[in-house]
Amino acid sequence: MQGAKAISRGTTRRTAGRRGVSLARLSAYLIIGLGAIFCLTPFYIMLVYGSHSAAEIFSFPPPLWFGDQFFINVENLLAVAPFWRNLWNSFYIAIMATAFTLFFCSLAGFAFAMYDFKGRETMFTVVLATLLIPGFLNLVPFYLMMQAIGWIDRPIALYLPGAASAFGIFLMRQFIGATVPRDLLEAARIDGASEFGLFWRIIIPLARPALGTLGLVTFIGAWNNYQGALVVMQSKETFTAQLALGALKGAFRTDWGALFAGTVITVVPLLIIFAFTSKQLIEGLTAGSVKG
Amino acid sequence: MALIQRKSTRFPNLLSRKYAPYLFIAPFFIFFVIFGLFPTLFSFYLSFQEWRQAQGLGAMQWNGIENYTFTLTDPWFWQAFRNTLSLGVYGLAIQPVSVLMAFLIHQTLSRFKHLALALYFLPYITSTVAVAIVFSMVFSKNAGLLNAILAVLNQIPLLGLIVPNEPVDWLGKAATVQPSIALLLFWRYLGWNIILHITAIQAIPKELYEAAAIDGANVRQQFWRITLPLLRPTLFLTVTLTIIGQMQLFDEPYILTGEGGPGRAGLTVATYLYLTGFKWGEPGTAAAIAWILFVFIVIFNVLNNYLFKGEGRARG
Repeated sequence: MQGAKAISRGTTRRTAGRRGVSLARLSAYLIIGLGAIFCLTPFYIMLVYGSHSAAEIFSFPPPLWFGDQFFINVENLLAVAPFWRNLWNSFYIAIMATAFTLFFCSLAGFAFAMYDFKGRETMFTVVLATLLIPGFLNLVPFYLMMQAIGWIDRPIALYLPGAASAFGIFLMRQFIGATVPRDLLEAARIDGASEFGLFWRIIIPLARPALGTLGLVTFIGAWNNYQGALVVMQSKETFTAQLALGALKGAFRTDWGALFAGTVITVVPLLIIFAFTSKQLIEGLTAGSVKG
Repeated sequence: MALIQRKSTRFPNLLSRKYAPYLFIAPFFIFFVIFGLFPTLFSFYLSFQEWRQAQGLGAMQWNGIENYTFTLTDPWFWQAFRNTLSLGVYGLAIQPVSVLMAFLIHQTLSRFKHLALALYFLPYITSTVAVAIVFSMVFSKNAGLLNAILAVLNQIPLLGLIVPNEPVDWLGKAATVQPSIALLLFWRYLGWNIILHITAIQAIPKELYEAAAIDGANVRQQFWRITLPLLRPTLFLTVTLTIIGQMQLFDEPYILTGEGGPGRAGLTVATYLYLTGFKWGEPGTAAAIAWILFVFIVIFNVLNNYLFKGEGRARG
């Protein structure tokens, strides 16, 4: 045991000596590190500015360390916008979008992965083909429709229409097809399970990893949605957090301290979620584009 | 027997094995027809109508291709188009950088690889609104971080000669609006592109590199002869995604410059479409713009397809 350890330690040291600290490697680390700083700096600025008053932000040189104005900024923000309400709207829309998307996409993904039925391939092709229709093409008619059915200023306009997403169906079909054995479903059928029972009792529990990924992607997408909300939500009360911040930035006189505090409040929750789920999320987001 | 009996009374044959899959995929098609297909067809119809929305649906009037000819002869459209294109050209810079970064990360990092990727990926999950707010301060003339950095660089001998010694009004001058937007986009999508590329790099069999190393190929040769050629399909994908994304660019320039900023240098086609439809109240023209934009996206992708395929054939 002791000997084996010593030997392995010896090898590591040797390899490290051979190619560990070459100049090329060091410069690669340097480039990667500088790139990471480049990616992180705006977040740092956001956090720092959120804790300074507008006057401090606009002083020269600009503040580079945290101040103590964050809560005052939040108060100022609440004086010009019903921001808690806007945050709640964002949260509600994101949660509803996630719930509906998970349900419809896993149901359809299950059907495409586990059943042999007439027209399956054609229909799946149609599902994927809908991904090619860009959103801007029906921006105006979508708005007119929402107006006609009275969904302007209603959250449902933002979470329901996109709920059965082609991307989600594709993701769920791939996962269910690759992980759930068909025999399992046959066995459950013999035990008297209904078709929906198979979905609810077997597929849902087994597809949890993919559901988690799709849920994250959907939640973040809905939380960050700007253009769709811009078209449908028109009063300060129904604004999402993104719209409220966008409107505040475009306003004639902008309190930049308050604006940054609001930005911090909308971004930090996502950063925390990301810290715990980054691996799953990155894999999920790339699954559709690389494996497809 | 008893089981089947019970099942069929509880779920009268709608949920039988034969019909269940149709029922399960029905929501997609119902939603698609209502919220996707119908508005798209309606958008096509609308693009041939003269209509002021305030006058109600009955006031729609067929005016042939006038919306199209109006758009295609409107200097604002062509300016927006040129802006979108030049932002797209800036946008292509992300490809070589992200390929190189992906290669470097893949070659040198193991334990911290995921951490590095996660950090690079952060900008992509951040909302465009937040990003635009932060960057409008980065670009601010008197209190902006970019000018502060440039002021420091200006003090360094030699380097100082190529750095402007006056603070630059990045978003206040037509000439610098597009580079500013491009920098924001580069920052935001770099990590996403790195991850697409590194996923493909990881899929390249190690044996290829080992064989090349035995034959005496150094890292640089391995990159040019193995990694890059095998990345072609992914490069094709990322270029395609960049084209599609760039052509419908809206959020970032709209929040950063509103209706385009100085000299309308930040006015993109998608912004022009939005303004026409929602600010200037001409849904018919907006629909025509959307279809024109769609045709251009198709053309660019066909070109891209052709370039990638053609190059592949030439190299054998």
